[in-house]
Amino acid sequence: MAELTYRDAVAAGIAQEMARDERVVFLGEDIGAAGGVFKATVGLFERFGPRRVRDTPISEQAIIGAAMGAAMTGLKPIAEIMFSDFFGVCWDMIANEIAKTRYMTNGQISLPLVIRTANGAGSRFGAQHSQSVENWAMAIPGLKVVAPSTPADVKALIAAAVRDPDPVIVFEHKSLYPIKGEVPDGETVDTLGTAKILRAGKDCTIAALALMVPRALEAAERLHAEDGIACEVIDVRSLVPLDTRTLLSSVGKTARLYTVEENPRLCGWGAEIASIVAEEGFWSLDAPIVRITTPHIPLPAADALEDATIPSVERIVETVRRTMG
Amino acid sequence: MTALDQPRPVSVADDDIGREKRLRMFRLLLELRLTEKRAYDLFLQNLVKGTSHLSLGQEAVAAGFALGMRRDDYTFCTYRGHAHTLARGVSMTGVLGELMGRECGVTGGKGGSMHLTSVEHGAMGSYAIIGAHLPVACGAAWSAQYRGTDQVTVCFFGDGTTNIGTFHEALNFAVIWKLPVVFVCENNLYMEYTPIGTVTAVEHPAADRAAAYGLPRVIVDGNDADAVFRTASQAFARARAGEGPALIEAMTYRHSGHSRADPAQYRPKGELEQWLQRDPIKIYRERLVSLGFAETDLGAIEADTERRVNEATEAAKASPPPPLSLIEKDVWADGGAAWRN
Repeated sequence: MAELTYRDAVAAGIAQEMARDERVVFLGEDIGAAGGVFKATVGLFERFGPRRVRDTPISEQAIIGAAMGAAMTGLKPIAEIMFSDFFGVCWDMIANEIAKTRYMTNGQISLPLVIRTANGAGSRFGAQHSQSVENWAMAIPGLKVVAPSTPADVKALIAAAVRDPDPVIVFEHKSLYPIKGEVPDGETVDTLGTAKILRAGKDCTIAALALMVPRALEAAERLHAEDGIACEVIDVRSLVPLDTRTLLSSVGKTARLYTVEENPRLCGWGAEIASIVAEEGFWSLDAPIVRITTPHIPLPAADALEDATIPSVERIVETVRRTMG
Repeated sequence: MTALDQPRPVSVADDDIGREKRLRMFRLLLELRLTEKRAYDLFLQNLVKGTSHLSLGQEAVAAGFALGMRRDDYTFCTYRGHAHTLARGVSMTGVLGELMGRECGVTGGKGGSMHLTSVEHGAMGSYAIIGAHLPVACGAAWSAQYRGTDQVTVCFFGDGTTNIGTFHEALNFAVIWKLPVVFVCENNLYMEYTPIGTVTAVEHPAADRAAAYGLPRVIVDGNDADAVFRTASQAFARARAGEGPALIEAMTYRHSGHSRADPAQYRPKGELEQWLQRDPIKIYRERLVSLGFAETDLGAIEADTERRVNEATEAAKASPPPPLSLIEKDVWADGGAAWRN
């Protein structure tokens, strides 16, 4: 076990797969000699060279389109979109082309590609560099979507994404890049479509993703210490495929569900999970499902405003305390 | 009509294309023409649904390029892609069946007119969003370059595409990575319903922008299949030799409107008639005759193609609708559509 930052674990995951499989190539803006604007790709260019680690112009459509063309002809590209907000620039490639190709060609074309991107708030970057947009991708049939919360997970889920035969979008959280955690030595690969129970509890289930996972864990700690409430905390990790089994089973035990997400209120992934639990786990519920989200607003930049927008440990604690009765 | 040199006269003595290839070209031109005419007939009979974008009149571009391609080369084309797909060797039954929503269609009825694809023929898709496939073609060319093959990727698009961002992103990408991709602008003078000249800053929307990407300005008579073939062959040779991409503007004209709903009444009177004088099949046939090909041989090819289109039509009509089990098939590589456990 080594202690790595989340950003170093990203590079470790990419390096692991590039070393294993010559077909894996990596392209994006500033990912090469510069090591990435978030320093999440440091060392890859030196190790694998410009043939496999390719700096691109600021051409998001070309980056994603080229990844698609390469994937359909024998390579396994990893494409980086610097900020997930920029998906808007290449959304045609992601939503209309990549997502639909296998289906429209009746299974003739496979697209084993990965799109990595920095998602989420916390850096005071304002409304065009701070969004959480995993729900955009989740809504399109044909895309797989993961959002790891720990260094170990980000390494092993990137590896799983590279090995998956379908297009996978990996949402890294920019506020998680500096956090540290234990990462197993050697080759590690996770399984897409699996949620993890990070803390067992009997009184309620909190389902969280990415940056909201450490906040949910801290909130659970406080609720236990201060109120004697035992929260079960689930790291959803993968939105598509979605591990509904783990979620339904947990709610079956705790009878209460909270979802914690950075998305604006409307149509966040928490709504989908709430809907599934309401349809399929209704009789095990003792109380209404509660969604903790950002308000339905673009993200503001100032510290005070951004902090008040994104669900905080305090907001999770207060919400659970108030609604647990 | 855009001024172009009249096709140069060719004598048998300096024929650089050869008898066998010329007959294949003639056969291919006819196949593209007759299959698309049949698609239109089937549309009038309400057997072809949805929409369809015919390229009647533009066949020399598809045929000229296809004849210069190798079996393992890649083609990317637009929603106006029936001819490009057929030209790679995809069956008429597969194309007509797809247009009619039948099981025998090349994508089992799931793609439709605008998404014809046959990977085994190197027909890597027809893309219905303007410009989307130019970067994708770059990716296929990058892959060929990376894998060390000398496959060429050919990417067809219309004049309207030259005003969308992907055109510029893809051209720059292809040049800086020296990719073996040949971009082919089929300039049929109309961006859907609008004359391209009225919405474009330069006269030749592709060729006049080539210099901006360090590429030579290449304009070819897109109604002259031989001229197209020669231009294509030169571009392929350069690409295979690792000398990078090319951008070719082929001047041509579509005989019908943009899509099935368009009678093309916006065109100036007499324009169509002028272009019909330069119908690519008409001028190719005349050239073959002038080169000494026997009328009977050409007539036999015409009759045979007509027969094959009839047979393909009957085969497609006889094919059942796709099974409903296809609806939730092939969203994912496991063959299914399950998004949850």
